[in-house]
Amino acid sequence: MLEALIEPLQYGFMQRSLIIAILVGMLCAVVGSYLMVQRLALLGDAISHSVLPGLAIAFLLGANIFIGAFIAGVLSTTCIAWIRMRSPIKEDAVMGIVFSAFFALGVTLITVIQKENKIDLNHFLFGNILGVTIQDVRDTAIIAAIVFIVVFLLYKELLFYTFDPLGAQAAGLPVNRLNFGLMLLIALTIVASMKAVGVILVLSLLITPGATAYLLVQRLHEVMILGAVIGVISSISGMYLSYFYNLPSGPAIVLVVSGLFVLALLFSPQHGVFNYRHLKNQE
Amino acid sequence: MEMLFLHPTPAQEKPVEMLSAESKTLENNPSNAITIAHLSVYYRAVEALRDINCLIKPGKLTGIFGPNGAGKSTLMKAMLGLVPSSGKILYKGKPLMQQLDQVAYVPQRSQIDWTYPATVWDVVMMGRVKKTGWLRGFSTVSRQVAKTALERVGMSEYRNRPIGQLSGGQQQRVFLARALTQQAEIFCFDEPFVGIDQKTQSVIFEVFSELTTAGKIVLVVNHDLGESISHFDELILLNRDLIATGSRQQVLTQENLSRAYDGNVIFWKEAA
Repeated sequence: MLEALIEPLQYGFMQRSLIIAILVGMLCAVVGSYLMVQRLALLGDAISHSVLPGLAIAFLLGANIFIGAFIAGVLSTTCIAWIRMRSPIKEDAVMGIVFSAFFALGVTLITVIQKENKIDLNHFLFGNILGVTIQDVRDTAIIAAIVFIVVFLLYKELLFYTFDPLGAQAAGLPVNRLNFGLMLLIALTIVASMKAVGVILVLSLLITPGATAYLLVQRLHEVMILGAVIGVISSISGMYLSYFYNLPSGPAIVLVVSGLFVLALLFSPQHGVFNYRHLKNQE
Repeated sequence: MEMLFLHPTPAQEKPVEMLSAESKTLENNPSNAITIAHLSVYYRAVEALRDINCLIKPGKLTGIFGPNGAGKSTLMKAMLGLVPSSGKILYKGKPLMQQLDQVAYVPQRSQIDWTYPATVWDVVMMGRVKKTGWLRGFSTVSRQVAKTALERVGMSEYRNRPIGQLSGGQQQRVFLARALTQQAEIFCFDEPFVGIDQKTQSVIFEVFSELTTAGKIVLVVNHDLGESISHFDELILLNRDLIATGSRQQVLTQENLSRAYDGNVIFWKEAA
């Protein structure tokens, strides 16, 4: 069985896929943990859907699609913030409105572009990890480096801010900048993960590894590290499933990570459904 | 016990017997107090606070009292710039907003997500984030300050406990420890006595007493007028407007309380 797994790695495309799988698995778990503890999973979903028109417009202009996607992602968070400030509409509704509008625009643009060019909408929606180029690997590695360095350097400030934003603000931390910084990291992560998982399902790779880890360990940095391990295992497994069974990579990765989540949900020593210890825990 | 977490203010490095003469000077010296001038807060076209003017003195335990919705928490938040307001809030002659490194703020317990993946130690160390500064890791001194603060509130054995497994009183004590590690001059607590046990309440008042003796400013939003009011030196009685401010005797008159609580309060003499 090991030979069957090692054999495809002689191909360049498989090597690139493996690197992307590892990078994206780690990246999404780390950044997604912040989304999870701030109860902003929906925002992650909103940003990931919103990048599509940026991608399309960048393609039309011949620019780097990563940059276009990133700009669209950041633009959507700005729109969400602005509409929330200026209208009585609540947060979750605003996110739904903005991301579906952006997404619809993106799908429309890509469908039109598809007629003349060779980009496949499905690859952007559902991932195509086996089709990553060396430039994709380079761009993803750069994004991963930036994100990991920032999270490491600002760890204690981000911990304080995400746990107690009022207390952090009262202590004099620049909470608006920290928040904007986190939004940038999230947008970068989503853009980096587009090719591996696709925009529709990247939310799963952002939230599920961290949530699985959360059922098993107690502290934020442990959640991130264990989440990264789970993310990497899921990405690599999804990559192999995609290779052997000719499936789109995004759904394959998501099925694996969801399966791992179910295992943790059932068997976690602290919180597991099959473990009656949670009944004896004080509330 | 060595009180590493109480960073002595220069004016206070004198033996305790000399303190009463010193504190009189401080009382008459408004530059060490927080002055609030014409503070008003609007929440979507509703006036939450109207033209509040008061002085919050060092070395005194000051309580903000009033009925629900009176604007008590709002006053504290406006002081610290957590909600927008108009008016002037000064400390030592300069805006308080520019001196937030002197402030330790403990929000209401209900506002915190206690399922956050953190231990007691993680939360207490948050108090050292600002002092440590950007890009640096926590020093040994920081860890020692945190350790001492935990010992002071009696939570040392819970150091590695996830915060979700604590009782209400234990959570409040962890927050108190966090505030102590900030080594601040000004301590602000928003409803610290809600849903806690008797032991925690005693610990909190003891620590408040140590802080005021050391010349700190201690400001507390309080939700109820029970017996514990006798611990407070100065009161601020609010109901959207400032009803009264001053010592307990000055504020706790029948007339003031009726005005604040629209007549819905039972008044007993021992409190004043």
